[in-house]
Amino acid sequence: MVVKVYGTPFTAPKRVLLCLIEKGIEFETVPVDLFKGEHKSPEYLKLQPFGSVPVVIDGDYTLYESRAIIRYYAEKYRHQGTELLGQTIEERGLVEQWLEVEGQSYHPPLYQLVIHIVFNPLIGVPQDEKTIKDCEAKLASVLDIYEERLSKSKYLAGDFFSLADLSHIPFTELLVTKVGKEYMIRDRKHVSAWWDEISSRPSWKKVTEI
Amino acid sequence: MDSNLIFPPIFHPFFLPSIPKHCSYDISMALKLYGYPRSGSTACVITCLLEKQVEFELIHVDLFSGQHKSPDFLAKHPFGLVPVLEDGEFTIFETRAITEYVCKKYAANGTEDLLCSDDLRRSALVRTWVEVESNYFHPAMSPIIFQSFVAPLQGMSPDRKVIDESLEKLVKVLDIYEARLQETKYLAGESYSLADLHHLPPMFYFLRIEGMQAKIFDQRSRLKAWWEDVSSRAAFKKVVEGMKLEN
Repeated sequence: MVVKVYGTPFTAPKRVLLCLIEKGIEFETVPVDLFKGEHKSPEYLKLQPFGSVPVVIDGDYTLYESRAIIRYYAEKYRHQGTELLGQTIEERGLVEQWLEVEGQSYHPPLYQLVIHIVFNPLIGVPQDEKTIKDCEAKLASVLDIYEERLSKSKYLAGDFFSLADLSHIPFTELLVTKVGKEYMIRDRKHVSAWWDEISSRPSWKKVTEI
Repeated sequence: MDSNLIFPPIFHPFFLPSIPKHCSYDISMALKLYGYPRSGSTACVITCLLEKQVEFELIHVDLFSGQHKSPDFLAKHPFGLVPVLEDGEFTIFETRAITEYVCKKYAANGTEDLLCSDDLRRSALVRTWVEVESNYFHPAMSPIIFQSFVAPLQGMSPDRKVIDESLEKLVKVLDIYEARLQETKYLAGESYSLADLHHLPPMFYFLRIEGMQAKIFDQRSRLKAWWEDVSSRAAFKKVVEGMKLEN
């Protein structure tokens, strides 16, 4: 039975697709139309009571929260595909640390930029310049710390690609394209090199073609 | 969720800090926890260490003198936040990464497997509900606690609009918790886990705000029963001693 990933073509589900491709796990995608409010339908809320995407259905098992889903598959399929969790308990600790940094510090201001610059114009909401400026400043200070980290380490958790890097890819792609702030990545030499490295992985190329 | 003063700590250190008596002061201890005991994030890690019955040294970081922004501290935590755990040569930050690491490394210690690691699916549900706490509960809860505890002590009046808007979001989240707890005894399943633990300090402070107990428990009997259960655990009761308000 094939893993079903609900929530395409939106961005958070792409974390899951990336992970499944890296681990060589077959899946099918089920689109959810957020603009039509499908995520708030009673049927969808039975799967994901908070009304967010993605949700994964794997046989009789349902799982939500993208970062929980990618950890599950990275753990379950440890023996195949790319190792995404490091080799030791300590390396795993660092993967978790940088996954938390992504979730707590990197994602929130970036998500606000996506909402204000990409989403709101599509639904006729005017852009809030102050919020955009504040979020860019917050994201910039986080990226300064990444620049320092990546000057000492090829990837975030160490010299190995992991879930921590993977989790950044989908929304960072929006940052450098539709949000129109590629300079935030390019102005930082080590962040720029890291971005080129992780965004050129074959798995990401496949996700963009789905 | 981790604490500093630019993004202000959720829990105000107005009350004289006291280092919990249960911590050992043996300087040769391998585990060193840098933190502020009344900060919710530090309290989560202490609770976890106590649950796992792992000895550690608590090193007090004075947020109010800016110690967390000193070059020495930034070398441990580049974002200048607490808590940070040093385990011999290994350093790790981010509260939820620390508790997960402690539970994995010291899996054989203590009486509970807080990760439900015997079953991968159950373990994934622990992680799901830690994510839920992080992505839905925390953003609704933290402005209420900031406005109620921290703002007044920084000379600002609590912003009722912010409190009311956050409360509206929070009760919707707690409705989902109530529905969940009709199905399972704890958030991630039938046994206590990190998912429940990470709610303890913020709920503790929230319930000290006048009217909030009635507000959230009156129509949510399963949530109330869950809270009475998880907040009565010995490890958390010890931590509460260190978080108590002075008279």
